[in-house]
Amino acid sequence: MRQLGEIMKSNKAFEKIVHGVFLILGLVTVACVLLITVYLVISGIPAIIEIGLWDFLFGKVWDPAAANPQYGILSFILSSIYGTAGALVIGVPIGFFTAVYLSKKASPKVKELMSTAVSLLAGIPSVVYGLVGMVVLVPGIREIFNLPDGASLLAAMIVLAIMILPSIIKVSITALDAVPKEYEDASLALGATPEETWFRVSVPAAKSGIATAVVLGVGRAIGEAMAVMMVSGNVANMPSLFESVRFLTTAVSGGMGYADGLYRDALFSIALVLFLFIMLINATLNFFLKGEKK
Amino acid sequence: MKKLVCMILAMVMALSLAACGGKEEKSVSTDGSTSMQKVINALGEAFMEETGANFTYNATGSGTGIKAVNDGTCDIGLSSRYLKDSEKAEGLKETVLAIDGIAIIVHTENTVADLTVEQISAIFKGEITNWNDVGGKDGEIVCIGREESSGTRDGFESITDTEDACAYRQELTSNGAVLTAVAENPNAIGYVSLSSVKDTVKAISVGSVAPSEESIKDGSYAIQRPFVLVTKEGVELSKTAQEFFDFITSSAVNEIISAAGVVPVN
Repeated sequence: MRQLGEIMKSNKAFEKIVHGVFLILGLVTVACVLLITVYLVISGIPAIIEIGLWDFLFGKVWDPAAANPQYGILSFILSSIYGTAGALVIGVPIGFFTAVYLSKKASPKVKELMSTAVSLLAGIPSVVYGLVGMVVLVPGIREIFNLPDGASLLAAMIVLAIMILPSIIKVSITALDAVPKEYEDASLALGATPEETWFRVSVPAAKSGIATAVVLGVGRAIGEAMAVMMVSGNVANMPSLFESVRFLTTAVSGGMGYADGLYRDALFSIALVLFLFIMLINATLNFFLKGEKK
Repeated sequence: MKKLVCMILAMVMALSLAACGGKEEKSVSTDGSTSMQKVINALGEAFMEETGANFTYNATGSGTGIKAVNDGTCDIGLSSRYLKDSEKAEGLKETVLAIDGIAIIVHTENTVADLTVEQISAIFKGEITNWNDVGGKDGEIVCIGREESSGTRDGFESITDTEDACAYRQELTSNGAVLTAVAENPNAIGYVSLSSVKDTVKAISVGSVAPSEESIKDGSYAIQRPFVLVTKEGVELSKTAQEFFDFITSSAVNEIISAAGVVPVN
């Protein structure tokens, strides 16, 4: 009897220890997020104060190395927004129709094969997208549009569009697969063709899931640095389709290695702006996810 | 419970043992210019072979390397530009290790083989915009350079007197990226460290002087810059770091430095 009591006791102690360990591990994650947020805010605010919020966000000239340095990041913000929007315009239709095809029309064999291909696409490192873009896409754009150089906003849009395809396709397929078969059966029984059923019944039923897919794509596109850096030319121009542009992400990663003083602080401020953009996107994502649950 | 305590104790002991081992090991750490990667790694390897000490190199960039010395996070900083006055004021000391030429590169099919410094300057400022103005085929010149605070860009712009005036079509973040971009565009012109030039591009001569070790050493090739070792004044190097410093600044290693594509000065 006494032995049993001891075992129980030690078991309880063990449970407490395990509980403590898991709690600590969980807190590590939370602490990382808090640490990054606090660090970004603390290191990002001083430069914004020094430069002035208006001059920083809406200044058109970025020239930190000049004798009279200027720190306007409007061109980066617009380039990031245009680039992401362009990637969506190209990527969303392709991704959406691929998802509808794979979920509703494709034979199981085709679906398996193509799903594997899509997963592989998701696993390719961004530097590889950038390299292929640099060697194939950039010269291609130069030839096709007869430009002096192909590194441009358009090249970045195309690379980003391909990079967001996997998340759009995969999440959309999951949403479309989850549409109850009864909905579709009912539609077909009423005499609708399969195509009408997919686009009038299945897609509306899966719309919050598809919206989530698009928002995920936005998140990936706006946060991508490496691939964009290699194809967009990185010159701080105001965005124009065939001109070299610099994104928020590439401004930070391109300058961080060497920058010092106010220049370095300004890079942290850019990171803060980017961070707020991504938080905004996450908030939108949560909004859609909650909508789905209702 | 006992087991757990035993295990934790064993781990703590093992760790403290490992820590002791680390202290006794001889090591030297360097940090800085990515342009110096080739030469410093070759020197580091030779040093390790000779003394058995441990050598590490962090390819971060001149600015970061200088900062690392100032913060004391590495023994010797590597910079591919002379120190700024503000950096010297912080008590940093420079020792020139070697001289690197900056090669002006164009596409292999480009017929232009020679430019003067003035022409290069005018091209990068956007004053000359067509290759036929400098004796080439008709075609809009595409200038490809490095990011704002790159040591190579700083070197190139200060030598050609184009600071803050360059009209770049692309600003890339490594020598390799510039090489690839120039190799892909028949109308491109760019600059890279001479040691990283490859056959995929053509390095042109400047003022009829082709970039080579001899022309850099005798000063006739105009576009060149120093490779600098950065130390902190008043802070004594560790014994191994001092050994390393003396080793790489001795004339005994000139062959290794030359083999890495740059010109030794000691």
